[in-house]
Amino acid sequence: MSGHNESILREPLITGDNITYAKITNDILMPVENKPNKAWWIGFIFSVCGATLWLVAVSYTFWNGIGSWGLNKTVGWAWDITGFVWWVGIGHAGTLISAVLLLFRQNWRNSINRSAEAMTIFAVICAATYIIAHMGRPWLAYWVFPLPNQFGSLWVNFNSPLVWDTFAISTYFSVSLLFWYTGLLPDIATIRDRATGMRRKIYSIFSFGWSGNVKTWQRFETVSLILAGISTPLVLSVHTIVSMDFATSVIPGWHTTIFPPYFVAGAIFSGFAMVLTLLLVARKVLGLENYITMFHIESMNKIIILTGSIVGVAYITEFFIAWYSGSEYEAYAFVNRATGPYWWAYWMMMTCNVLTPQLLWFKRIRLSIPATWVLSIVINVGMWFERFVIIVTSLHRDYLPSSWAMFYPTWVDVSVFVGSIGVFFTLFLLFLRVLPSIAIAEVKLLLKTSSEQAKMKQIKGGHLDKVHVKEYVESLEKFDSVKLEEYEKI
Amino acid sequence: MSNIKYILGSFGDPDEMMHGIDKLQENNIKIHDVYTPMPIHGIEAKLGVKRSRLDILAFFCGITGTTSAFALIYLTSVVDWRMNIGGKPSFALPDFIPIMFELTILFTAFGLVLSYYASTHLFPGRAPRVMDLRATDDRFIIAVDAKLHAEHIKIDGLLKEAGAIEVKHNERKYISYE
Repeated sequence: MSGHNESILREPLITGDNITYAKITNDILMPVENKPNKAWWIGFIFSVCGATLWLVAVSYTFWNGIGSWGLNKTVGWAWDITGFVWWVGIGHAGTLISAVLLLFRQNWRNSINRSAEAMTIFAVICAATYIIAHMGRPWLAYWVFPLPNQFGSLWVNFNSPLVWDTFAISTYFSVSLLFWYTGLLPDIATIRDRATGMRRKIYSIFSFGWSGNVKTWQRFETVSLILAGISTPLVLSVHTIVSMDFATSVIPGWHTTIFPPYFVAGAIFSGFAMVLTLLLVARKVLGLENYITMFHIESMNKIIILTGSIVGVAYITEFFIAWYSGSEYEAYAFVNRATGPYWWAYWMMMTCNVLTPQLLWFKRIRLSIPATWVLSIVINVGMWFERFVIIVTSLHRDYLPSSWAMFYPTWVDVSVFVGSIGVFFTLFLLFLRVLPSIAIAEVKLLLKTSSEQAKMKQIKGGHLDKVHVKEYVESLEKFDSVKLEEYEKI
Repeated sequence: MSNIKYILGSFGDPDEMMHGIDKLQENNIKIHDVYTPMPIHGIEAKLGVKRSRLDILAFFCGITGTTSAFALIYLTSVVDWRMNIGGKPSFALPDFIPIMFELTILFTAFGLVLSYYASTHLFPGRAPRVMDLRATDDRFIIAVDAKLHAEHIKIDGLLKEAGAIEVKHNERKYISYE
């Protein structure tokens, strides 16, 4: 790591001109070591209200059964599975950032991976609660695992994608948790060694006795790399298997081979949107503008354009194939989606997921924080509608016109969904308070090579191509945390 | 003098610390260990730390996962209780693949991480063995066992020369035991 200068053509990953290792620690631990500010409390109170609503609605469901939801005999899956798939999708960005971008050596991941992974874990928790809640008899939830016949059921059907899903989601959750926690150990040790009294004792237990000696770091790097290597196919497999819950059925509108890649792209799309929703606020409130820079935001926006366009192409392909297949049921399912009683949901999906994300091609929109933030929310609304369209519009008109029905959510449906967002934000806000929101050790790695001050030193040292320097300074214009006057002097 | 157990060179910069390691080694002074707030590449080679074999272990954990998954599915749905699902064959290998894949990953991850924790002695509640509290913050610490080398002043000099911000003489090995 030492002695190498990174190319001047690359944008800096840490801005600011007097960043030291100590300052990185201080800046990142600021929210952990100090009392929370007003913004945090307001957010927390709102989230806890949401979480309470969730508790009430889920308890009501457990007590009274699934009948308290708006499901009917035609539409047997609605807001529950919509919510489940939505949350699992959101949970894809964290592992993608920490694993796939690690393998591709995208160093900008270092400052966003920690909170993105935390977000993944909380989103998967929300998804898992949906699975349990929609079972009807949640006290028998363990029946999804392979248990011998004496338990009242036969062995689970290993040909069923729902069983595959059990394995996929539980593997994804536990591997993400391990990956996240192992990465956290050095940073928890940092908090521990700065704390006193009770705090030190608590962080000492959770730091597992981390010392940071040579062998520990060497093994740590091996473990990180292998976990990244196995998490990459894992993250792709999870939404593939979720999509198979639909794709292996015979329902027109679900029975589509395009589902796995299209679901994975959609998951990354919505996951990055949620990362932006959270981090754009967090960077401002926690004062992390020097670590989560405009370059990070622009990079995430570029991934959103890519995956959003893949999703758009998938929607159109699906529609084309429905006609081209010559299967009248398939064709009807799609025409009904776009023009039937749920046309508004379909066009909501098309607008939010295909049209508006294309605005990110414009540099001004991609680099505007308010515009990006609004778009990130629009995308998540769109992705919720995508799942609603796939699930409800495919089910609501089945083969017998006499059983055609509409789905109307009850207050319980709405409360479980709104409440799950409360649960998610409660967990995320608690995370910001007790654990470092940026991977401290990993950001320190960037200081000597990829920071603005290191590049400044290179420029001042001379020996650089003037054209390259000019290009670099021009690239700094988009940063809101860079003082450009400094560069005019040179 | 005789009470000193460890001499710590505290550096503010990783490159200077690497320089310090070279200096000490040129003078045949054995380095006990190095504590850093982040992974420093190239340090293992200097200190002669052998490469980690956790990757080999991970591979075998993975294989165990694959075979366990296959055994589980085969023994339950082919041997123990064949279910008639639309008259299709019970031994449907393509349907076994997703779970075999997931358990490969699961076993690899758990096997790898738990072996890492075990081999590095990381577990909840373990007393941290810290020589300098700033080693997890902004200092790069080289520790030399004072009992092995008599010329403490020379070591101090070498560390200072290499750029150490301060040199400490610790009378106890780990200061975190208080």
